[in-house]
Amino acid sequence: MTTSEKTSSPSGFTSKLHLDKHISRRFNEELEQVRTLVMKMGELVEQQVNDGLSAVLNADATLAEQVIERDKKVNSMELEIDEYCTQILARRQPAASDLRLIVSVIKSITDLERMGDEAVKFGKNAIKLARGNFAEEEGARPLVELKHLGKHISETLNTALIAYAQMDTDAAYKIIENDNIIDEEFDNISRLLVTKMMENPREIKNALRVTWCARALERIGDHTTNLCEYIVYLVEGKDVRHGNMN
Amino acid sequence: MNTIDIKQNEPSQVELNQVELTQTVGNIYADDAKMSIRNANVHYGDKQAIHNVSLDLAKNQVTALIGPSGCGKSTFLRCLNRMNDTIDICRVTGQLMLDGEDIYAKELDPVLLRARVGMVFQKPNPFPKSIYDNVAYGARIHGLTNNKTELDEIVETSLQKAGLFNEVKDRLKDPGTGLSGGQQQRLCIARTIAVSPEVILMDEPASALDPIATAIIEELIDELKEKYTIAIVTHSMQQAARVSQHTAYFHMGKLVEMGKTEDIFTRPSHKLTENYITGRFG
Repeated sequence: MTTSEKTSSPSGFTSKLHLDKHISRRFNEELEQVRTLVMKMGELVEQQVNDGLSAVLNADATLAEQVIERDKKVNSMELEIDEYCTQILARRQPAASDLRLIVSVIKSITDLERMGDEAVKFGKNAIKLARGNFAEEEGARPLVELKHLGKHISETLNTALIAYAQMDTDAAYKIIENDNIIDEEFDNISRLLVTKMMENPREIKNALRVTWCARALERIGDHTTNLCEYIVYLVEGKDVRHGNMN
Repeated sequence: MNTIDIKQNEPSQVELNQVELTQTVGNIYADDAKMSIRNANVHYGDKQAIHNVSLDLAKNQVTALIGPSGCGKSTFLRCLNRMNDTIDICRVTGQLMLDGEDIYAKELDPVLLRARVGMVFQKPNPFPKSIYDNVAYGARIHGLTNNKTELDEIVETSLQKAGLFNEVKDRLKDPGTGLSGGQQQRLCIARTIAVSPEVILMDEPASALDPIATAIIEELIDELKEKYTIAIVTHSMQQAARVSQHTAYFHMGKLVEMGKTEDIFTRPSHKLTENYITGRFG
């Protein structure tokens, strides 16, 4: 099932957080609207990450341009949701789980927006790589590794967004615990690319571009972990950031 | 610090409506308790209004009592200085201690208790007397002083502590009822302070006031806690969150949850508390 299919159904999020149980129906609607907007932004960012990665792997400059252009939409969604949350804080003075919802949404959209920025980095590097003629034999191995890391990140982000939609803390905890796997994969690619650069200094520029893409993927992994930490905070009221699992 | 059982498995909403609330969730104990109430029960005739409530009022801190109308928070507050004695059919049982002393002990004079545990009501209720006499009244009847200079000093200090002196110093002989609502409430607070209480009980002290007068009263509460122990009943959750260090949530005569205000308003443990402070059904 795609993220879109799973996140468009309000069931998990709404029922777990009892968003439909306020005496004020208008407040129910406002919180539901926040949910809808965040999930839409999440889907858009997921598409940006996947398209950006695809542009790099396929040296597709056209797709890269689209990713760069679409980032404006990501940015405007961040502003829109921020404003919406500010209005709710001012007018409703939410408490307890409602307060945690608004606080975690404000923080989540910052992470989502930054993931969007990382996707733009893919776009920019893809255009340069497309022009740079990264020699096939030189680029093959690092790009395979990048594809592997990209697949892992993409799946993790998808799982995180579904966990967000369902308020599934078990899935969130699993992603938080597995963050170090992504870091290790990034270290492996970095080592490989440094070796390539030493072997063939003429390819340093291109190898650096691939490194930056891998770095962007690693950052997206970190932002995904943050999203999962907000899920735990929202559902359980526990702050598990910075490895604080107690 | 001791804590009472915290329910590990939260019952569902439906179960909660049927469940007999016998346990308070959170922490009712204070490290430095000014008042300690254990197993307080209040009956109005056959009807029980308070069921087995136990809690501490921490010294020099503000404890907010919140809950829906009819939950017993005002009844409970009135037990703390025996205001319920004035109601014939009201019967209070349990252990209610002020500094380790049983406030329902037979030999204890409730009038003297009320000087130690003062009260401010929802609607400002100054006596139909001058501003000066409103504040001086308690000091006079309790015989705190017969000396005019000392009385003047008590009046001035009390009005200053209540943040009213500068506004009324040139018209102390004017009637107290001529002041604005917020000023009248501060006059009542000055009247309470004048007899040097140890605890001040406030029953929705700002609910009849505009936001500016409310802010002034809240600022005053924050200052007063340096010298007094305060318990406040309020219907405004934001007010409870702003002024108190501890919050107790009452529901149908029972104390459902008590804890630090910072926890109650961000991560309450009990579903009923959560529902109340977030405006949900149930």
